[in-house]
Amino acid sequence: MALTAERLDPIHWVALPMLASMAATLLFCAPIRVHGLQLPEPLFALIPAFAWAVLRPSLLAPICLLALGLFNDLVWGGRLGMWALALLAAYAFILVTRNMMSGQSRIMLWAWFGAAASFAMGVAYLAVLIETGNAPSLLAVAGQWAPTVLLYPLADGLIGRFEDADPRFR
Amino acid sequence: MSYRDGHFQDLKVPLTWTVGVAMVVAAVVAVALLLSDRRETVQTGAVGATRAMADIATSPIGRAVSVPGRWTEQGADYVRDYFGTVSENRRLRAENTELRQWRSSAIALQDANQRYRALLGFQTNPPIPMTAAHVILDARGPFADTRLADAGKERGVEVGNPVMSERGLVGRVIGVTRGASRILLLTDVASRTPVLIDRTDARAILTGDAGATPRLEYLRGGDPIKDGDRVLTSGDGGMIPRGLPVGTAVKGLDGAWRVRLDADETSIDFVRILLFKDFSQLVNQQELAQPVLPTVPLAQRPTQAVTVTPPIAPSLAPPKPPVSATPAPTVAKPAPAASSAPPAKAN
Repeated sequence: MALTAERLDPIHWVALPMLASMAATLLFCAPIRVHGLQLPEPLFALIPAFAWAVLRPSLLAPICLLALGLFNDLVWGGRLGMWALALLAAYAFILVTRNMMSGQSRIMLWAWFGAAASFAMGVAYLAVLIETGNAPSLLAVAGQWAPTVLLYPLADGLIGRFEDADPRFR
Repeated sequence: MSYRDGHFQDLKVPLTWTVGVAMVVAAVVAVALLLSDRRETVQTGAVGATRAMADIATSPIGRAVSVPGRWTEQGADYVRDYFGTVSENRRLRAENTELRQWRSSAIALQDANQRYRALLGFQTNPPIPMTAAHVILDARGPFADTRLADAGKERGVEVGNPVMSERGLVGRVIGVTRGASRILLLTDVASRTPVLIDRTDARAILTGDAGATPRLEYLRGGDPIKDGDRVLTSGDGGMIPRGLPVGTAVKGLDGAWRVRLDADETSIDFVRILLFKDFSQLVNQQELAQPVLPTVPLAQRPTQAVTVTPPIAPSLAPPKPPVSATPAPTVAKPAPAASSAPPAKAN
């Protein structure tokens, strides 16, 4: 019996996760406050950034991450280019540590995802600190980091869907 | 014809290198955009246009997204009201009794205040026009605290306009386009607002740090603040009117004085944008720019003619011929002495 792997189609591998991340970002920007509690604001763009880097290096990924970062900046009203730089830094971090982390247990991969989130937010923190001369509250940073780390199962699902795919596309 | 069957099928480029180059190019673009973006200033140029376009594009989506949120909030309010009616009623009765006492005091104080104003000839600021808006997107992250409201240029909103909720100051407008305006909240790391402590009149700068309670910096005076003091806008700098409620002073865990914002106690779906740019709009600019020269009494007539140039920018007033301080020969009677001249009317 011949095994035929799913071809790594850019629509499914790149475009759909990117669009899903954009839609989720917009959805979580809804102005809802119930009993003083608001929706969390996780960094959904880290899911494709992590999955794209873990699956295989790709020429499209940095360009798409630039677009995703700019989208986040425009929707969240932050400094234009800040999240693009942070996502690219996280992508580079994952690529550099990829050989070391491949084949590790799920818990280790989750910790790796957390480290990538820390790296992205560290870059954003430095960018804001340099530009405004005012350090954001670490508690507020943790308030975005924690829900972002909880998104790892989605990144794991994306990796699981395409890790055995035919890598003819890049 | 697929990519692999085309003319480039034999082209072999190392993947690592191409990815590296793509990353460097993308990073350079991101850094260039980051350096060119000046969100705190009046937005002009390409970056401002990009933001305006993005706000136009996201505002219908935000409007659609915010509707279920508004329903959820209204539903939660309904449930809370339903179950809390008895306790709410008791609380309101007690509050009403207290407010009746305050009402009597307020009437007496208002009467005294009006008399003092009449005696002093004090002019209050005219009422500031405002426009109400729906909040359609709300970003609350550690690096950007902004809201998108559905009122834009067509309703007279301008960059710099202060924004209030029903209870207190929320922030100010940092970007405006047709149909939408971007509000920088007081909690954003880039936000700086001049405030005063109501009890002591001490001045400070309210500095956001992405936490729920912004810091009070540059507090001046000996013992200028204590827990529970009311904090208002000071109006220093002229960008925000004086006396808008901001919040209550609290001591933070880090030892710094912070402000619990009044705006946090209300729902976030409605805001009021004050159409107030700065204090200069409250006065007649043309009248202010008119050169009023002092009249020189004949007894102090200078021996030489002196040409006086009005100390105003040429663009603010129509050009006038140079004025000679030497009185014309047709002047029949001397001008009154300077000390007897009536005082200039304050604006």
